[in-house]
Amino acid sequence: MHIEHIDEHFNNRNVTEMNSDYYLVGIEDYPTDNWGRFKRVIKRSFRGELFVGLWVVMREMIRFDIHTVKYPEEKMPIGPRYRAIHQMKRLWESDAERCIGCGLCEKICISNCIRIETKLDASSRKEVSEYSINLGRCIFCGYCAEVCPELAITHGGEYENASDQREHFTMYQDMLTPLDMMRAGTQLEFEGFGSITPHEDERVKKTPLAY
Amino acid sequence: MSKITINIDGKEIETQEGEYILNAARANNIFIPAICYLTRCSPTLACRLCLVEADGKQVYACNAKSKDGMSITTTNENIAKERRAIMEVYDVNHPLQCGVCDQSGECELQNYTLEMGVDAQNYAIKDVNRKDKDWGHIHYNPGLCIVCERCVTTCKDMIGDNALKTVARGADAIEAEFKDSMPKDAYAMWNKLNKSLIGLTSGEEMLDCTSCGECAAVCPVGALVDTHFIYTSNAWELKQIPATCGHCSAGCQISYDVKHTSIDNTDEKIYRVMNEWNYVALCGAGRYGFDYQNEVKSKDEAAFAKAVEAFKKADTIKFTSTITNEEAYLLQSLKEKFGYKLVNSEAKAFQTFLNDYSEISGTKLYGYDLEATHNANFVISVGAALKSDNPNARYALNNSMSINKGAGLYFHPVKDPVIEGLGKSIMTLYHAPLQEEAVLYLILDLFANKEKLPSDIADYLATFHSQKTITVEEIIKEEIIEIVKVVKKNEETGEDEEIEEEKKKMVPKKISKEVAVDDNRLLAILGADDKFMENLEKNLAKKDSFALIAGADLYTHPNSKNLARLLALIEKYTAFELTMIPNLTNTLGVSLICELDDEVGSYTIGYNTKGDFTLSALGNGDLDMPAINQQEGTLTSINKRVNPTNAAIGYKGYELNDIANELGLRAELVIDYTSMLPTNKGFKSKNFDDLPNHYENDGTECRGYLLDNVAVATSGNESVAKFGEEKLSGTLIYLANPVRQFTDFTNKATNLDEISGIYMSEEFLSKSDLNEGDSVKVKNENGEIIVNIVSDNKISGDIALLPTFDSKINSEALFSGYRFATASIERV
Repeated sequence: MHIEHIDEHFNNRNVTEMNSDYYLVGIEDYPTDNWGRFKRVIKRSFRGELFVGLWVVMREMIRFDIHTVKYPEEKMPIGPRYRAIHQMKRLWESDAERCIGCGLCEKICISNCIRIETKLDASSRKEVSEYSINLGRCIFCGYCAEVCPELAITHGGEYENASDQREHFTMYQDMLTPLDMMRAGTQLEFEGFGSITPHEDERVKKTPLAY
Repeated sequence: MSKITINIDGKEIETQEGEYILNAARANNIFIPAICYLTRCSPTLACRLCLVEADGKQVYACNAKSKDGMSITTTNENIAKERRAIMEVYDVNHPLQCGVCDQSGECELQNYTLEMGVDAQNYAIKDVNRKDKDWGHIHYNPGLCIVCERCVTTCKDMIGDNALKTVARGADAIEAEFKDSMPKDAYAMWNKLNKSLIGLTSGEEMLDCTSCGECAAVCPVGALVDTHFIYTSNAWELKQIPATCGHCSAGCQISYDVKHTSIDNTDEKIYRVMNEWNYVALCGAGRYGFDYQNEVKSKDEAAFAKAVEAFKKADTIKFTSTITNEEAYLLQSLKEKFGYKLVNSEAKAFQTFLNDYSEISGTKLYGYDLEATHNANFVISVGAALKSDNPNARYALNNSMSINKGAGLYFHPVKDPVIEGLGKSIMTLYHAPLQEEAVLYLILDLFANKEKLPSDIADYLATFHSQKTITVEEIIKEEIIEIVKVVKKNEETGEDEEIEEEKKKMVPKKISKEVAVDDNRLLAILGADDKFMENLEKNLAKKDSFALIAGADLYTHPNSKNLARLLALIEKYTAFELTMIPNLTNTLGVSLICELDDEVGSYTIGYNTKGDFTLSALGNGDLDMPAINQQEGTLTSINKRVNPTNAAIGYKGYELNDIANELGLRAELVIDYTSMLPTNKGFKSKNFDDLPNHYENDGTECRGYLLDNVAVATSGNESVAKFGEEKLSGTLIYLANPVRQFTDFTNKATNLDEISGIYMSEEFLSKSDLNEGDSVKVKNENGEIIVNIVSDNKISGDIALLPTFDSKINSEALFSGYRFATASIERV
């Protein structure tokens, strides 16, 4: 859809052609002599643009029709592909953590801000025992979410991560979807880098099963 | 063996007659895919990937021997089809959980699946329930296992424990349609794979072997994993530090795999030890005993000042041989500068032994190494508790028997089921302690050229021989004539009639006869049974290369001088290639570098041993020192090789070099001394940074350098004193460690969990009224100690073992040099 939109409205990029979508902006020539320059200074100084601006402010104040987003009370909606602080998702079927502890995010991280520790758990599966992301170093490139084979680590829309220290960390439990969110069914599915594309089923070769 | 030329894929290469094609190709950097083959082991023929075309015929490169002028193609259309089908079969039902596999990409299944371009699966079979198994120090996940049998092969051909075997999988038969539709070799390989899994030979739940972990190291997938390592780190996060194992004199090539300790601790920690398993096999101590580092928070200036004071006051430095050559050189330099006495009793014993040996041999060092043992086909071991003194010597013995169709002869007083378990062709002779001279005389008697032997020794040997008549029962075949009735058709009448015929027949008959045989009294002295000579002759058939391993019992023997001279004579007058096992990690290096003294003076500095002022890498002394895995330096191995080792983890305290610098020597780093090691003893003036530490593809060991075996003037006197027949009687104790333990450093390692105490065989315990766990007082004229009894199924017989790896048990107090002693053992 995105591509179509561009095709429709911006398909002729030939500037010299008469019927292209480009048009020339009327810009006056720069003055070449001192008299011309003097006239330009006078013209710019006494045009009264300051009052134009003040008038607009006054007018809008009286109208009570303010377009400014009143941050932090109000926040702009964030696109699904926005890459802010990471989230750890759970499986819909079992509420179990999706992360299998493969460590690919740790490996691929180009700013070296992810560290993972794993161990053998009681049911002899691999368990993540510690996981941290140094948000002070993270450049939010999205590689970790892209490489994750389980769609476990994703980027969320939470972008407020200012800190009074250069190094500050987010830990596994902070990123993990809370269980009450799972019960309420409000875990957001990720549509950014590395998520499953539509028609994925048609592209894979199926492995035969004997039973 | 002669040099031949073969042609692989148009490339002319030179190799040995009879070398396997795969080895020849590997040595010349030609790639032939193979999963199941291990260099130095026998071909398994499980994977069939190494299929090649040799002179127009399809053969398996791992077991086809090269012939002169052979022309080999490593692939063609059919072979490529087979290989792809084989990899598809390996991928059938293999879990797609590479993300949680400990192999973490260092996986030969992954590599070859990609190499063969497997992008779709054509085969399927119903899977069976394959449950994880915890075998103690090894964890087996049959779900991941591709039954290449590398673990089984190395355990049998290299280690000699025979602890693993293939067991039934219990799967359905492969569907018949595949037989025709599949490539032939792939089908055959699948058929075998589908029937087997790996199991324990003993049938028990837990592995009961010498716990070397080599099976997990050679596993191409993540099926066998060291239990301590499971899910602790991905392989790609680990940095490999090339090093030399610091536990025994074998000096095995290892790499310490290090990574930060945890999320919040950036200090490096060793996660595992890896080796080049095609060319070197580790023991359990090397593989699992890696975390013996001495952790020090910072430089303890007060203790350092005291240490310098102590050095100024002291007249003796007492130390153990778990130090590098450079430190030994430092100590020697300190001796030369300040006149310290250097005391190290076990290195002194070895040094004296080597000197006594040199008087006849004319060389500073024994002539051969364990490589020679690997290549020999008749190996004798004398005076060593082989499996625990130097596990690599045992591997060499086992490897020579399994690969070269060799045989072995093991002389030792302590009965050893592990050695007996190496195979049918190992003979064991459990002689009495103190009879090692008789053993060496016997070897001379059996193998030396009597005409060349000095006449006095030849005459002495002749005194043991006499003629005796014995009655032997023999079965001979006798011809007898039998009359039998047969029914035959009379050709004239056409009727059947019965006629009598004479028939000759051979019938076995038992007779007894008197024969005169040679009676060798040496055999009786050593307690050999009647069948000894007969078995020996059987074992000696078709043997042409001989190796002799001499161990530490000889160095401290009261008549060690005779033994050393006898060894030199054996080397001179027989075909045996002699190797001696130095007691500890760097005993050989220390005995070459240091001039050692016998007596301690009035004030002693102890280095890794107790002194008036103790420097210790164990963390229990007055000033901390770095352990070997925290140091750079070189170690001299049994193979007369000076191997470099690197610091795996950091060390924040003071080291010996700091003290030496304070005392007036000058070297920024201790490895500055590497190039100064004494060349007149065989060392080379090479810088530490120039020493390589790796193996070539053809198995060439590029590690450090080999010592020159310096010539020594001889007197020409080759006489050896006669031996007495005194024996130790009563309850015997022997100074030896259990397998995987050598020193306090191995004892410190968390993954080596041997319990210290007095080790008694199950046989011994069942005969006495003692039980495992009992506290006993072991007492003799030298001293007494109180220890707990540990039942040990790796020994049998009546000799109890006292270990040296735990300094809490002062075992040495009971021994006056020689490793055997008599003692009374009473319950307390």
